[in-house]
Amino acid sequence: MTSVDLSIALPEILLSLWAMVALMAGAYFGKDRLAQALTWATVAVFILLAVLIGVQEPVSQSAFGGLFVEDAFARFAKMAILLAAAAVLVMGMDYLERTKMMKFEYPILVSLATVGMMVMVSAQDLITLYMGLELQSLALYVLAAFRRDSAKATEAGLKYFVLGALASGLLLYGASLVYGYSGTTRFEGIASVVHGDHLPVGLLMGLAFMLAGLAFKISAVPFHMWTPDVYEGSPTPVTAFFATAPKVAAMGLLARLVFDGFGQAPGDWGQILGFLAGASMVVGAIGALGQRNLKRLMAYSSISHMGFALLGLTAGTEAGVKATLLYMAIYVTMSVGVFAFMLTMRREGRPVQSIDDLNLLSKAQPVQALALLVLMFSLAGVPPLIGFWAKFAVLAAVIGSGYVVLAVIGVIASVIGAFYYLRIVYFMYFGTEIDPLDDDGAPAQRWLTLAAAAVTVLGVINLFGIEGAAAVAAQALVN
Amino acid sequence: MLNLLSIITFLPAIAALIGAVFLHGEDENTQRQAKLLALFATGATFLISLILLFEFNPADTGFQFVEQRDWILGLKYSLGVDGISVLFVMLTTFLMPITIGACWGVKTRVKEYMIAFLLLETLMIGVFVSLDLVLFYLFFEAGLIPMFLIIGIWGGQNRIYAAFKFFLYTFIGSVLMLVAMIYMYLQAGTTDIPTLLAFEFDAGPISLLGWQIAGGAQTLMFLAFFASFAVKMPMWPVHTWLPDAHVQAPTAGSVVLAAVLLKMGGYGFLRFSLPMFPVASDLLAPLVLWMSAIAIVYASLVALVQSDMKKLVAYSSVAHMGFVTMGIFAANQQGLDGAIFQMISHGFVSGALFLAVGVVYDRIHTRDIDAYGGLVNRMPVYAAVFMLFSMANVGLPGTSGFVGEFLTFMAVFQVNTWVAAVAATGVIFSACYGLWLYRRVVFGQLVKDSLKQITDLDMREKLMFAPLVAMTLLLGVYPSLITDLIGPSTSALVTQYNAANGIDPAARVVVHTPTDAANEAASHAAPSH
Repeated sequence: MTSVDLSIALPEILLSLWAMVALMAGAYFGKDRLAQALTWATVAVFILLAVLIGVQEPVSQSAFGGLFVEDAFARFAKMAILLAAAAVLVMGMDYLERTKMMKFEYPILVSLATVGMMVMVSAQDLITLYMGLELQSLALYVLAAFRRDSAKATEAGLKYFVLGALASGLLLYGASLVYGYSGTTRFEGIASVVHGDHLPVGLLMGLAFMLAGLAFKISAVPFHMWTPDVYEGSPTPVTAFFATAPKVAAMGLLARLVFDGFGQAPGDWGQILGFLAGASMVVGAIGALGQRNLKRLMAYSSISHMGFALLGLTAGTEAGVKATLLYMAIYVTMSVGVFAFMLTMRREGRPVQSIDDLNLLSKAQPVQALALLVLMFSLAGVPPLIGFWAKFAVLAAVIGSGYVVLAVIGVIASVIGAFYYLRIVYFMYFGTEIDPLDDDGAPAQRWLTLAAAAVTVLGVINLFGIEGAAAVAAQALVN
Repeated sequence: MLNLLSIITFLPAIAALIGAVFLHGEDENTQRQAKLLALFATGATFLISLILLFEFNPADTGFQFVEQRDWILGLKYSLGVDGISVLFVMLTTFLMPITIGACWGVKTRVKEYMIAFLLLETLMIGVFVSLDLVLFYLFFEAGLIPMFLIIGIWGGQNRIYAAFKFFLYTFIGSVLMLVAMIYMYLQAGTTDIPTLLAFEFDAGPISLLGWQIAGGAQTLMFLAFFASFAVKMPMWPVHTWLPDAHVQAPTAGSVVLAAVLLKMGGYGFLRFSLPMFPVASDLLAPLVLWMSAIAIVYASLVALVQSDMKKLVAYSSVAHMGFVTMGIFAANQQGLDGAIFQMISHGFVSGALFLAVGVVYDRIHTRDIDAYGGLVNRMPVYAAVFMLFSMANVGLPGTSGFVGEFLTFMAVFQVNTWVAAVAATGVIFSACYGLWLYRRVVFGQLVKDSLKQITDLDMREKLMFAPLVAMTLLLGVYPSLITDLIGPSTSALVTQYNAANGIDPAARVVVHTPTDAANEAASHAAPSH
């Protein structure tokens, strides 16, 4: 049944092939002259694959003897990953051109990382899980250090690599424990050795290590230390990528692992995830208070948002998974808008990234400032913007499972978080007069920011229908 | 008329959108167009809302003009008004054209200013017409965004501190309410307010961290809602954001804040706390009553020593809101009627007082009381208008301020005489600061050079004050205009509240006045309807 297997994994295979073709093309014809064309082509490939996945028959099928699954959950996550990656590629181009970093390897590395992510969310086996995760991570390590001649970027890459390797080690150690105690690497098999609603101690230890490893990838507290440094040090387009697609993939993988492998014992891993969620929300919110660098601020913001997204998984219910998926989709939309704006931030041609540079942006670029204002209020979770609905969904799920205290911690963290989002608004609207930022060029970024802001506002009408898709995806995962 | 409430709610927002899309530039012409657009939109909203008032049937205690559609996440977009909310809708639509009139002198970012106010109107009306818990929350919270910007962009010297304080104070109160709302949703299985009003939330005692909590889940939910509404109201001791916000906000912002935004807290108590958590309300009523009494006395005393006119009016607002909470948690017919009456009246009176402060501020650019004196010599019309509203603020019979205070006193006297006695001293203080402010600003010799050339009210300002003067006097001499409208709804609410608490209304009349004479007096006072 190889042909059936291959057809199920077709999107991943196509994308891998595309990465190789692009590599060949880049290597043989003119190197970086092709970079821009290759990037656009990669964007097209991402969007085509997203469409291809979107129109697939809504059935669950597994391939390669159950190592790999293609279901509604995987499709939802993959479409989010592909679209986020496409948006990040589009918005990075202008910046990379200006900073002379437009190399043909860039779209290829992004493609390979994306293949890894797609494998992650389809994983049904510890080995598949690890393969996908490492493919993604290796590509991301290189991307982090993409600006070779910058000490900061190199430091970021190295830091990411060392800590990432440590996380992978923890994950592998956990996986070996799980294998040792269950006798199988398949999620199905692991689930079948769990009796009752509590895990045997060995499995629990294994799961705890695996969750620690994955918490690194989604930068949940206490495994978040690398995030601000790597976000700051990496080139901004790469940071934008880190903040979006890999987060969706890692969250999807986490959901896969706990629901497919350990679904009978939500109480056991619910505690671990609940702790990660609570700590991330609080530390992310407090850590961002003192930041003046926008990238570091967004790093802490993403830590806090991952905490909220984890709330949904903590609930351990179908409604919870649905809420997490909605949260991730909404978070990615908002992040794309904010990062697209950050990529346009230049003064006299040089990129800047401090929040002081936003002083009185509302005078110089009123439309962009308004869009950013909307995105900030949305990130803060103020209704009626979609950021509120994301929070509402996860809070409803987690309260429904009885974690009321966690919900209270979450809302208090969101008030603390509101302060720094408001501070950005404050600089833009009430700040002092300084030299305005350049407002030429970079039309794609500006449109992306506007589009994200528009989605943020109009989402209140019906969330653009993703609610139904998320519900189907959650159902596929939990049952 | 179909979708009347949606039209009233979203008309200002549509006007804001039109302004945002079609008006560009900062020149005089655009500014003028923006102002006219806002005036026209708010005026039209008011006229349409008059249809609502005339078509409204006061005898029906249920919700009217109900609209319902499916919405996201299993929620419903559902609107409707009853006797309580229809008045607040009218208050909002009535005041908004006047508020827009008060912004006529603004010169910076006029278009954005108008858009902010139009959006704010939509959100304020939305709060009062929502029949879905989460929809209510949405409007309630979203109002923070335009108000934050209004204070932060167009405010005074210390505007940034005030804007942040306003936003974060209100936000932290509200998010706790959100948690309680979700809990209610999970308990009752719906966010539909009419259904929730009839739902009996569990009030059995529960134990939390070793503490036995009487009233159980109801008490916890009550407290979560209380956190939000008490901040919004604002009640002592969480009132400190209000003076800051008022002082820093531009005149129109202060008017909206005092006249409408504060009323959301009182409306919330009436709509949610009292009917949905009657057991907890009854349990905690003494606490709220005492907090109200302290607020009345304390805020009046603080008002007495203010040297800033706006701050003085702001503290007087805190004191007057004390009467509102006192009336609401007396939980009898006079109390609720009085509280609502007081809120409506305060909307006119405090709005007018802020406008009056704005009038002289626009001319002299200071709010310091010492900078004024003897204005009556050059501004006779202003002096008369200011006099009327000062008196209404003090609660002089014949003005609308009297009716609300009288009713709430009567109500609380039946429930807790001591609270009534303490609060009554507050009235004396309010006369002190009100009259003293008036004397220092208006009377005396006109000696200050800066005031020598001051001009009296112009036509625009007279037009702004005229409707407020009319309403203050009209409601003062003919309060049935309001009490007839709200009577059936409040009496239904009282009946429901008493039934839930197993209270026999006749037996409730006297609590702290054991003598027969007092008993007699109270029962004479009771049948005002």
